[in-house]
Amino acid sequence: MNVMSRTNSKHPHETVIMDSHEMTRALTRIAHEILERNKGCHDVGLVGIRTGGVHLAQRLKQLVSQIEQTEVVLGELDITLYRDDLALRKNQPVLKKTDIPFHLSDLKIVLVDDVLFTGRTIRAAMDGLMDLGRPAEIQLAVLIDRGHRQLPIRANYVGKNIPTAKDENIRVFLEELGEEDRVAKLINAENTA
Amino acid sequence: MSFKRKDLLGLAPLSQEEMALILDSAEPFKEVSGREIKKVPALRGRTVVNLFFEPSTRTRTSFELAAKRLSADVVNFSPSSSSVVKGETLLDTARNIEFMQADILVLRHSSAGAAEILAKNSRMSVINAGDGWHEHPTQALSDLLTIKEKKGQVRDLHVAIVGDVAHSRVARSNIHALTKMGANVRVVGPPTMMPLFLHRLGVEVYHDFDKAIAGVDVVIMLRLQLERQGRSLFPSIREYARLYGLTSERVQRAAKDVLVMHPGPVNRGVEIAHDVVDSGSAVILDQVANGVAVRMGLMYLLSQRN
Repeated sequence: MNVMSRTNSKHPHETVIMDSHEMTRALTRIAHEILERNKGCHDVGLVGIRTGGVHLAQRLKQLVSQIEQTEVVLGELDITLYRDDLALRKNQPVLKKTDIPFHLSDLKIVLVDDVLFTGRTIRAAMDGLMDLGRPAEIQLAVLIDRGHRQLPIRANYVGKNIPTAKDENIRVFLEELGEEDRVAKLINAENTA
Repeated sequence: MSFKRKDLLGLAPLSQEEMALILDSAEPFKEVSGREIKKVPALRGRTVVNLFFEPSTRTRTSFELAAKRLSADVVNFSPSSSSVVKGETLLDTARNIEFMQADILVLRHSSAGAAEILAKNSRMSVINAGDGWHEHPTQALSDLLTIKEKKGQVRDLHVAIVGDVAHSRVARSNIHALTKMGANVRVVGPPTMMPLFLHRLGVEVYHDFDKAIAGVDVVIMLRLQLERQGRSLFPSIREYARLYGLTSERVQRAAKDVLVMHPGPVNRGVEIAHDVVDSGSAVILDQVANGVAVRMGLMYLLSQRN
């Protein structure tokens, strides 16, 4: 076990990579970066990728409104129907609703996801967005970038870069989903998604 | 849970959970149909064949739109312009379609059990789009989705199904669907249009519409199949309309927020009065809209089977 890693007595099968404070700091920085890059947020829309990305996008929306005292529009995207492995998966992914209550066209859309890994989810999300309109720009914000890209995709905003082995399991736990806020590396592969 | 079946032949063999899964899978597709670009790539490269041996506009169009909005390729076979008129059997027709590598076959046929025979003899997923007097499962699922949307849930609702129950596959599928989801179902019609032993399906049988409609939450009107009138199930259409037609006076007897449903095509002025079709209680067009979503959800689930 390396020096950086911390084990948590409450979660014995995990190495905690980010705790709740670190997550909040990273998200606050991302919110500032989004505002800086786009010179405010009047033409910005946040779109969270289900499920984890949606909650992170909600938090970013709140942070942005605290910093800038303006509201940024928020949508939710389900990418199941756009997956490239739809026909290959053993389990049927559960379909959820896509809910984007604003016109994408001419907005700068910030896609929000929890973990950036192969890039295939982001490819699917971009296709999904394009079917809904013609955004002026698509940017990508992720809490964790764990490498191992299979497509030429790069995030504009990253909470933390974490070097990982391909078979490692990185999970983002969120209060909104009934967990204590943290990012962890699972030691047993028992919880593989 | 996941959907394990290869085919959808009827609702009688389905569990409550399986029906709920189809409804849950249908709901996200309503958003897709509301988009400017009404298409998602979920069934890209798959082939859906519509094989309809009976005339149908609504159901065939609904299946065709559902498949196209999932990006599948769709072929429509109609018997008058195919080798069926040359004497080919149903099974041979289906085998030929199968060996053209179709993935989903949608069948409407006048014989009960036709879809089941093809399902047993084919690798394709078969969807029953109506077989004789047997079942029309996707219609009943569209009705369930409509009720669920408007009422929040199906359990404990009082539902009346009115008309020629004996000759109605819609009625049979709806009875299975509604009773399994926990609704209280009563069927209404003249004795000549009621099959024997209907009570075994867990429904109450009424012959007096005015009594039966009292306090119900949903009324499903069946189409009077005018083409069957030669069989003298009833003295005259006028008498049928007077005794079993849904008028606004009868609607008053039902619950205040009653839903009026009809699988179409509507015979205005026969089983249902003009002003009722156009009233706020009628959700007939919602049923049509939900039909596309249900068929998309179903084809998505069937295509996910490995």
